[in-house]
Amino acid sequence: MLDVESLEVSYGAVRGVRGVSLMVRKGELVTLLGANGAGKSSTLMAIAGAVRAAAGRVRLDGEDVTGAAPEEMVRRGVAAVPETRDVFPDLTVAQNLQLGAFTRRRDQAGVLHDRSEHFRRFPILAERQRLPAGNLSGGEQQMLVIARALMSRPSVLLLDEPSLGLAPIVVDQIFGMIRGLKESGLTILLVEQNAAKALAVSDRAYVMRLGRIEAEGPASEIAAATELKSLYLGAEP
Amino acid sequence: MNAAQFVLDVLSLGGAYALMALGLVIVYGILRLVNFAYGELIMVGGYTMFLVSGSGLPWLVMAGCGLTMAIVAGIATDYLAFRPVREKSVTAVLITSFAFSTLLQNAALLFISPRPRAVPLPELFSRTVEFAGVITPARNLITIAVAVIMLGLFSWLMRSTALGIAMRAAATNFRMARMMGIPANLIISAAFAISGLLAGTVAILWIGRIGTVVPGIGLEPLLIAFIATVIGGMRSLSGAVVGGFLLALIDTTLNYTLPQDLLKFRDAFTFSLVILILLWRPEGIVRGPASGQRT
Ligand SMILES: Nc1ncnc2c1ncn2[C@@H]1O[C@H](COP(=O)(O)OP(=O)(O)OP(=O)(O)O)[C@@H](O)[C@H]1O
Ligand SMILES: [Mg+2]
Repeated sequence: MLDVESLEVSYGAVRGVRGVSLMVRKGELVTLLGANGAGKSSTLMAIAGAVRAAAGRVRLDGEDVTGAAPEEMVRRGVAAVPETRDVFPDLTVAQNLQLGAFTRRRDQAGVLHDRSEHFRRFPILAERQRLPAGNLSGGEQQMLVIARALMSRPSVLLLDEPSLGLAPIVVDQIFGMIRGLKESGLTILLVEQNAAKALAVSDRAYVMRLGRIEAEGPASEIAAATELKSLYLGAEP
Repeated sequence: MNAAQFVLDVLSLGGAYALMALGLVIVYGILRLVNFAYGELIMVGGYTMFLVSGSGLPWLVMAGCGLTMAIVAGIATDYLAFRPVREKSVTAVLITSFAFSTLLQNAALLFISPRPRAVPLPELFSRTVEFAGVITPARNLITIAVAVIMLGLFSWLMRSTALGIAMRAAATNFRMARMMGIPANLIISAAFAISGLLAGTVAILWIGRIGTVVPGIGLEPLLIAFIATVIGGMRSLSGAVVGGFLLALIDTTLNYTLPQDLLKFRDAFTFSLVILILLWRPEGIVRGPASGQRT
């Protein structure tokens, strides 16, 4: 479904991504692991069209979408949640969700239905719906940005470190949700530092180092390969 | 000095200033770029009314023509001066917006005249009325009423419509807004159209004070809008309104209190006060949302 070939991303002289090829099949949950600075976020943002790819191809259902604007990618069914967790702080929770459905604004009934689904899933968001999103806690903001991305009814979801800096109980909630999304058939590309938890819910995984893919395989194999752990966990054996 | 008179003066001047500032900041908020051709949108509104003045149309229709052309000029600024170089560099956009401003002024000089041209005004504009115990030009009351209506309309647009909310999102985080599927070009063109609408409104009210239009008419409103947004806070729409009224308060107070022979130095006093305000609050009075990267 999503097919990335020899992708490169440069920031001036810094070559963040140096020829990454990866693939996510329909309904799959694929995790991208790697130490800090490996180029995971850059890869994800290049797929989403939010940073420019210096070289390489991105294909969606076989169609070349390399260099498409971020708004175009959303229209094509690719929604991304960047690690910066950007809520629109002075808009309310409800307005943030409404914006997530910008591409579907002619389907108000469907939008309202989806919104109440998300409110059921995250009752705390329902409680806070009239508050500015900037007032939410980190965990609540993460729930909001995921729910907001889902409001566009994507076929592919790109998630960048959804568990970053959250309390263990919230992390479990987020992973529970990711598992639920996978079960509902959504195709997901997940970037995580929390490798154990991510691999536990994933089908397959890629490990990145210095802008390149170092290893790939079924999640269970990657999890079992002790020699890879130093790559994505930092120093730990 | 009469208190009611003073308040009316501040409100009518402030209403005009606030609309000027809002027209500038709506574009700045999204692109983080000052549109130096903003004053020329006011000029276009004025000359359009001059050009249709012989047509015998009702005044409201002529005013509508002025508004429409100001909006068209606003959108044209986007297409001709901003869009081709927007992604390249800030300097390039500053230069193209200056160039577009000069181009429009020179077109007015060349095809119309460097001399003032009379703009049609309804008889009501020159009448004086008694209000709250003071005798005041009717146009002051009209300015206040129009400012209230436009500010109300604007606030409704930004709070309650999908487009307005999308524009506010784009003003806080343009990249993330695009990742919601909000098209960058739509938002930017809408900002320029609203800027043009406000400029057209200002053209009618501002020229209503003088009765004529000249090629350089846009300079003073641009300067006022710029100062008002700087003291009010470049990042926020309400800041522009606050800044507009505050600047009007300063100007009016100086008008009332400065002795006759110092009055011609009023702007020097105004600028000194503006500098004091900026020393006190370098980011302006109203602080906008924290994030603010150009895209
Ligand atoms: N906006 C930027 N400007 C310059 N260099 C950047 C920028 N963003 C990323 N980089 C560089 O590109 C490389 C890859 O960064 P990236 O953020 O993609 O890594 P990451 O794997 O997501 O890291 P982390 O785990 O810390 O999020 C790094 O060397 C980083 O310093
Ligand atoms: Mg990252």
